Amino acid sequence: MDEQITAAWALLPDYLGQHVVLSASALLLGLVISLPLAVAAARRPAVRWPLMAAAGLVQTIPGLALLALFYPLLLALSAFSRQVGGSGFAALGFLPSLLALTLYSMLPILRNGVAGLTGVDRAVLEAADGVGMTPAQRLWQVEAPLAAPVVMAGVRTAAVWTIGAATLSTPVGQTSLGNYIFSGLQTENWVFVLFGCAAAAGLALIVDGLLGLVEAGARLRDRRRIIVGVAGLAGGATFALAPLAMAGGQPAYVIGAKNFSEQFILADLMQSRLEAAGASVRRTDGLGSAVAFRALAGGEIDAYVDYSGTLWTNVLQRADTPPREVMLAELGKALKTRYGVTQLGPLGFENAYALAMRRDAAQRLGIKSLADLQGRSGQLVLGGDLEFLARPEWKAIEAAYGLKFKAQKSYNPTFMYRAVQAGEVDVISAFSSDGRIASQDLVVLSDPEGAIPSYDAVLLLAPGRSDDRRLVGALSPLIGTIAVERMRQASLMVDRDVDKRSPAQAARWLARR
Amino acid sequence: MAVLIDIRNLRKRYGEAHALDGVTLSVEEGQFVAVIGASGSGKTTLLKSINRLAIPSAGQIVIEGVADRLSPADLRRSIGYVFQGIGLFPHMTVAENIGVVPTLLGWPASDIRARTAELLDLVALPQAYGDRQPAALSGGEQQRVGVARALAARPRIMLMDEPFGALDPVTRDSLGQAYRALHQRLGLTTVMVTHDVQEAILLADRIVVMQAGRVAADGSPAQLLAGHPDPAVSALMDMPRRQSKRVHDLISGRSPHG
Repeated sequence: MDEQITAAWALLPDYLGQHVVLSASALLLGLVISLPLAVAAARRPAVRWPLMAAAGLVQTIPGLALLALFYPLLLALSAFSRQVGGSGFAALGFLPSLLALTLYSMLPILRNGVAGLTGVDRAVLEAADGVGMTPAQRLWQVEAPLAAPVVMAGVRTAAVWTIGAATLSTPVGQTSLGNYIFSGLQTENWVFVLFGCAAAAGLALIVDGLLGLVEAGARLRDRRRIIVGVAGLAGGATFALAPLAMAGGQPAYVIGAKNFSEQFILADLMQSRLEAAGASVRRTDGLGSAVAFRALAGGEIDAYVDYSGTLWTNVLQRADTPPREVMLAELGKALKTRYGVTQLGPLGFENAYALAMRRDAAQRLGIKSLADLQGRSGQLVLGGDLEFLARPEWKAIEAAYGLKFKAQKSYNPTFMYRAVQAGEVDVISAFSSDGRIASQDLVVLSDPEGAIPSYDAVLLLAPGRSDDRRLVGALSPLIGTIAVERMRQASLMVDRDVDKRSPAQAARWLARR
Repeated sequence: MAVLIDIRNLRKRYGEAHALDGVTLSVEEGQFVAVIGASGSGKTTLLKSINRLAIPSAGQIVIEGVADRLSPADLRRSIGYVFQGIGLFPHMTVAENIGVVPTLLGWPASDIRARTAELLDLVALPQAYGDRQPAALSGGEQQRVGVARALAARPRIMLMDEPFGALDPVTRDSLGQAYRALHQRLGLTTVMVTHDVQEAILLADRIVVMQAGRVAADGSPAQLLAGHPDPAVSALMDMPRRQSKRVHDLISGRSPHG
């Protein structure tokens, strides 16, 4: 517990700084876009209606989905700009988060901006015209100061929303306080989850308080409050950004990780080896499966671990299941020619999708293989991780064994294991290298038809990194050295409830051979 | 006397309706013109056309001998404007309100300060009021500030739209007389819209009666009180006399309803 808190504190300067940069940029951009729009909408009802409807619509899109939508959009734009202008831009991380959060921040600013401007007494406006103010003078000298308190209330709401929603930028590769929450959720590190929530809430409260001071200053026409509020915001931002500025410069390498314990451990392992070789490393954790490969192919991350079967079915879109060695060889060639991605080699273990059941239930029903599920699946409930049920592998299993479950539910992996333990679901899409199969005494159902491909963990390098001697030198000693038994044990250290370890500790354990 | 405001064949349409249906009117320097008429007769549109708060559909207005010399904003800075809503800027002090036109004109700060003090005296408000917020003043005091604000840049023309309409009768009467005295003293040319015939008779030296967007009558109070061929005009002008007769009767003990 103490160790986890210490670990959390150590990460705070980076996470908080990035969180502040992101949410402050989004809020400022939101203000720059929304305020002129609010003026236009207040002047013309014909603009107001569609604008407010559009801003309201954005609000109904879940934050995570909005962030996720910007990634493919920017990826396409980046590809287009690379074709037309010769250079693309980073579609992952800061940019999609910034754009999504900016959109998110607009509604309260727009709504209050319009309310503030239309709420100005008509007699005052007539007087402004009557004394000979130009439209611009009327806006700046009369309408803006009178609408300011209402507008500031909207800015406060927008700030709190933006700071909260910024925690959702972790899965698109932007470091934020959400990193605590997402990694904590995956590794059942509730200290991290709470720490992340508390940090984000604390930040939101402080910013809200300071903006509240500015709002009160605008309302009471008290310049002192405004100065104190603005100075507090500026000082706080400087304090939060100082560690980032001091860290300075671009890191030499970016290591990616998907969103489960094994990936965190392996990324930690790669990071420690690179740092031991004297290279600076940045991490992009919690990436979705498809996002991770595209980010690598686009050069936004330099290395990560993926699984042969996943690449085979999802990236190459192949439906056949050739033997391991054949698959690895073909995959290496295809990834190189199609994407320029280097498959450095297999780590030595497999992490296959494996349908698993509680031992007592499997014995009671007499189910040992996927073939035994045929005809019985109608009485059983299937639990999958968030992507399994949409993946081609599942379609192949479904077709090969004629499965049709009574119900199918999706969980984040941690809760999927909890659900099968609690009997909420009967069969889950477990991971073969997961320590919880053994610790929860689950039975893995055999695959007599060979419908599930092999899933060798392979280390991938971004295009143009295959000749990087420091990178290759640091990472290739890992090839072929991690047995499935050791990986399982390392994952279990992180996932278990008692004597819990951090991914970094598990990585150190894995490194001691 | 020179003609300061020359209005020629002014028309203003709102869709099908004619707010102004061919108004021709010239106001000489130093005149105090009251424009009266029923609601919707076009009197406010006529007034607002003069400082281009309303844009006429046709016709011409020549101010101080020139037509369309200035931008609307510059024109309005050269004409005083007082209206029923008062419209003091609530986020500015009384002094800042009074100094708003000189500020827009870029006067030096010391000149603005001196002029503000002078105007507070002129409208009979204590100097200490300069630092107050408008909301701290009574309605009558606020309209005094409104008048001071309109006079700040020494305009020759004052436009007033029901300026004292929202005030209580006593304040209204005293403020009306005080303004008339200022008009005289400063040599202003005033066009005042009112629906109060008695106010028009007591303050103005010329009364224009508007009816359905046209000038129905135009003359001195005495001329119009002496009778007019248009029965609507004579009924309107006769109103104060009939009312005061009823008041007189009441005082002498006779029932006003009998």
